[in-house]
Formats: sequence, C-alpha cells, structure tokens
Amino acid sequence: MKSQISIENVSKVFGTHKALNNVSLEIKKGEIFALLGPNGAGKTTLISAICGLCRQSTGTIKVNDFNTLSQYKETRNQIGLVPQELPLDGFESVYNSCQFSRGLFGLKDNRDHIEKILKTLSLFDKRDEQIFGLSGGMKRRLLIAKALAHEPKILFLDEPTAGVDVSLRRDIWRLIEDQKKMGVTIILTTHYIEEAEQLADRVGIINKGEIILVKEKTTLMSEFSKKTTFIRLSKKLKHPSFMKKNKKISLTENGMTLKLVGINDTSNELQSIVNLLSQNGIAFTEINTVDNSLEDIFLDLVETQ
Amino acid sequence: MNIQAAITIYKFEMARFRRTIFQSLVAPIITTSLYFVVFGAAIGSKIESINGVSYGSFIVPGLIMLYLMTESINNAAFGIYFPKFVGSIFEVLSAPVSSLEATVGYVGAAASKSTIIGLMIFLTSNLFVTHDIKYPLVMAVFIILTAITFSLFGFIIGIWAQNWEKLSIIPTLLVTPLVFLGGSFYSIDMLPEFWQKVSLLNPVFYLISGFRWSFFGTSEIPIALSIVAILSFMAICLLVIAIIFKTGYRLRT
Ligand SMILES: Nc1ncnc2c1ncn2[C@@H]1O[C@H](COP(=O)(O)OP(=O)(O)O)[C@@H](O)[C@H]1O
Ligand SMILES: [Mg+2]
Repeated sequence: MKSQISIENVSKVFGTHKALNNVSLEIKKGEIFALLGPNGAGKTTLISAICGLCRQSTGTIKVNDFNTLSQYKETRNQIGLVPQELPLDGFESVYNSCQFSRGLFGLKDNRDHIEKILKTLSLFDKRDEQIFGLSGGMKRRLLIAKALAHEPKILFLDEPTAGVDVSLRRDIWRLIEDQKKMGVTIILTTHYIEEAEQLADRVGIINKGEIILVKEKTTLMSEFSKKTTFIRLSKKLKHPSFMKKNKKISLTENGMTLKLVGINDTSNELQSIVNLLSQNGIAFTEINTVDNSLEDIFLDLVETQ
Repeated sequence: MNIQAAITIYKFEMARFRRTIFQSLVAPIITTSLYFVVFGAAIGSKIESINGVSYGSFIVPGLIMLYLMTESINNAAFGIYFPKFVGSIFEVLSAPVSSLEATVGYVGAAASKSTIIGLMIFLTSNLFVTHDIKYPLVMAVFIILTAITFSLFGFIIGIWAQNWEKLSIIPTLLVTPLVFLGGSFYSIDMLPEFWQKVSLLNPVFYLISGFRWSFFGTSEIPIALSIVAILSFMAICLLVIAIIFKTGYRLRT
C-alpha cells in the first residue's frame, strides 16, 4: 500500500531536551496506526509536528507527498485532529463550534453533515447549548465532532479514551472503525495497550522520543508471544530449592502459585515440571496457560531500553 | 486563498461581540455622557472656545479617538489571547489558514467592533453638542485607519502576552497616557512651549489632530502629516505581525 504520511529523520528539541529523536515513520493509506508509548514519550509532539502545531527542529514530514511546512495548506486540508486536552471556547454553542471548525477548512456550512455527526456522537440534543455546560465526556465527543466537521481523509486522535467512561470508550472505538470503513486513515496515540490491541492494524512503540519498533499488530503479537503457565498449588511451597536451576520458573502469590514463562509447546517441558512436582510430593489444583498480552510486550520493550 | 476561513473567524468573533453587546456599548455611552456633562457643560462653560470651536465640541473627536484606540487594542488583544489561553487556538493553527487570513479575521472583527463603538459615541455626542462635520470622508478614513492600526497593535499584544496581567499592562501604562496627553481634551497650543515639543513625540497626537481637522477644518499640524503618521504606524504593526508569523513566535512551539 502507498504511504500517506512519510516522516523522515524528524527531531524536535525543546531547549536542551530532545522530545523527538530522529524519528522516521511511514503511515499507510486507510490503516489504523496506534502510536503506543508511556507519558512524555513524544507522542503529542510527533502529532503536533505533523498537524502544524509545532515545527520540527530537523527532518521532513510529507502528507500525500506535500511538505507540511512549505505546502501546509495541502497537508492540513486532509487532516482532522482530536487533541489530548479539552481546549474549547466555552461561550460558543455546540453547533456553531462545529461550523467554525468546518469554515476554517474553507468549507461552506453544511447543516446536514454537521447534524449527522452530532447525532453519531449523541450530541444532537445539545446542539444549541453553550459548551461550558457540557460534561467532560461530552466535550471529548464535541472535539471529535469538530475534527470530523470538514470530512478529513486522515484522522489523528491523541489519547482519545484517556479518562473516559466505558460507554464513551465503546462509542469512540466504534466510530474509529466506521471511519476506517469509509477509507479514513487513522492515527491514534494511547498508553492503553488494550486499545492498540483492539483497534490497530499496525503498532508503533515510541519511548524517550525514539521509535523503538513498528510492526503489524498480528506479527507483533505472534513474534513476541510467549505463553505463561500458572500452576496453582494446594498448599504453600516451603522448599522451592528444586526449581532454582530453571530460570523460567518463579514463585508468585505468596508461594501458592508457580509461574512458568515461555514454556515451549513442542518439547515436554511442562510434562517434566509436572513430573518433578509429583516426585517432590507437591500437589496442585489447577494449571492455567495464558497468551502474553501486548501490554507485557510493551512493558518489556520499554523497560529494556 | 482561504477566504472562507477569514470570514469564519470574523463571524465567530463578531458573535462574541453580539453576546456581550449590552456591556460593550452601554459602558462607553454612559462614560461619554459623563464626560460631556462634566467637561462639556460644567467645566467647558468656563473654558473659552478653541480656534472658534466650543469646548464641548472640541472634545468630541478626542473622545471618539480615545475609545477607538483603547477598544481596538483591547478587543484585538483579547480576541487572540483568549483562544490561546483556553487552547482552542490549536484549531486555527492546524487548519489550512495562512497568517494573513487569520489576521484579517481577528483584526477585521476587532476593528469592526471598535468602529461600531466609535460611531455610537459620535451619535451620543449629538445629544449634547451639535456640529456639522467639515470633511466626513476624511473622518471615515481616519476612523477606519485608526481602528485597523490599533487592532493590529492589540493583536500583537495578545500574541505576546502570556498572562492576563501582561495583556492589560501596555494598554494601561502606555496607551491611555499617550491618548490623554495626545490632546484629546485640550489643544497643545494651551501647553507651555516645552510640553508642546514633547507632545510632538507622541504618535497619538498626530492622529487626534488629524481627526479633529476632519471635524472642524483646523488643527495644530498639517493633515498630511497626520495621515503619514497613521500609515507609518500601521506599516510597523504589519511588519511586526509578519515577523511573528514567520518565526512562529509564541504561537507555534
Ligand atoms: N512546549 C514544550 N516545551 C518544553 N517541553 C515540552 C513541550 N512540549 C512537550 N515537551 C516535552 O517533550 C516531551 C514529550 O512530550 P509529549 O509529546 O507531550 O509526550 P506524550 O504525548 O507522549 O506524553 C516531554 O518530556 C515534555 O515535557
Ligand atoms: Mg500526549
């Protein structure tokens, strides 16, 4: 697939602090790309550079082959941005605020379109109310509506579900999937791994201003997937010496559970451990195997960096 | 050219004005009326006419200028400072809007508001003094140029200011004294010679003098000089704004 956003060797320095360090990244047309990273990793800064809110210190960013600095009208025309915070002029009404967003992109008012978006986001009843009367969740919905008011081809969502309740999170996820079906390219940042796991086609992990890895989500999951097996013991293990030499085994839950990480499916590893337990007269009540989540992968990567 | 964007910003700002129209207009009208009662009727009756113009009439152009300048600065400074303060400026910065288009929208709206206020003061003054305007066209040109220029100036202040205090410091500490000392309420001919010379360093003096000329056909300095003064000030403001946008000063990080 053709790449729609192309980021080449972009760095951003604030004073002496490097918020982005030589970032290169390609975003494909029509995909959902999740940019995953802990707080302060540089997610917002990267989005801001693409959208025109900040200027990179070095490097180039292109959107549909247009340069974001010298051809900003062409690049920004395509983009809708939902920021991380709730920056809204509270005195304006919901409808007018959306109309304002649309107008900035050079488009005439289109009541049908804006009302449709407001309905999708359950804001239609509030359309004539002033913004400062809205709840936090409503404001977030409104920011999404404003970003969609000009029918963007690329949608950026900066931590769209941070601190929102379950029903809004579900609505946002559904909306993201609907936008993808309409062919919109979506870039979302999050530190909820669950979100990336749920939505993304590809995942990029950013830490301390550097992109550590970019992978198809499914590849990422399978490449890194290690199984973890828990063996729940019937009583507390007093003398764990017999398992000292096996690095894959550890004891958790106050000595009540054995945790086996990365046990190989094909070898008889599990069998031999079970045998070992019987030989030592240790009884167990339950064996449970789980796939590692993206969260574990993510934490591993960020911690080892 | 994204003209629609400039219109959108303009309309949005004018909507803010409409929401507060009562405070915006009532305050200047009441204050002006007080000026006329105090200076025009009470004190003015003791002051002899200036160049054949009664004192009550003499202060009308000065009062209009006073409001035109301060309202232009305040409106434009607030217009850009407020979205910066609440963060909603991100929308304008990430939209395909050029600095020229944004400036036209914000400054145009601020200038329109202060022009409306200026006209309201003019109408109010008619309740107290009658005058026929010698050169109405020149008067209109002066009002518009002053409103635009001081709105540009206010726009710069609004971009520069990082807190509410800074937002008001230049209007209070610089502009108000300049306007008062620029001959709003007196002719500089009334001043000792030394202060007359000092007044010539006050840019506002040239504007008030020129504006007064459009009313009465007489002024302390030639009208051409006043026009040059206002155009120069406008050029300086435009230059500063161009530099601000070129460097992203205080708008883009
Ligand atoms: N305007 C700014 N001035 C100075 N430092 C900044 C600015 N914006 C962000 N930073 C710094 O850059 C780093 C990355 O920030 P950010 O992109 O907001 O991270 P994230 O969105 O991943 O949480 C942080 O260390 C932050 O303190
Ligand atoms: Mg962030």
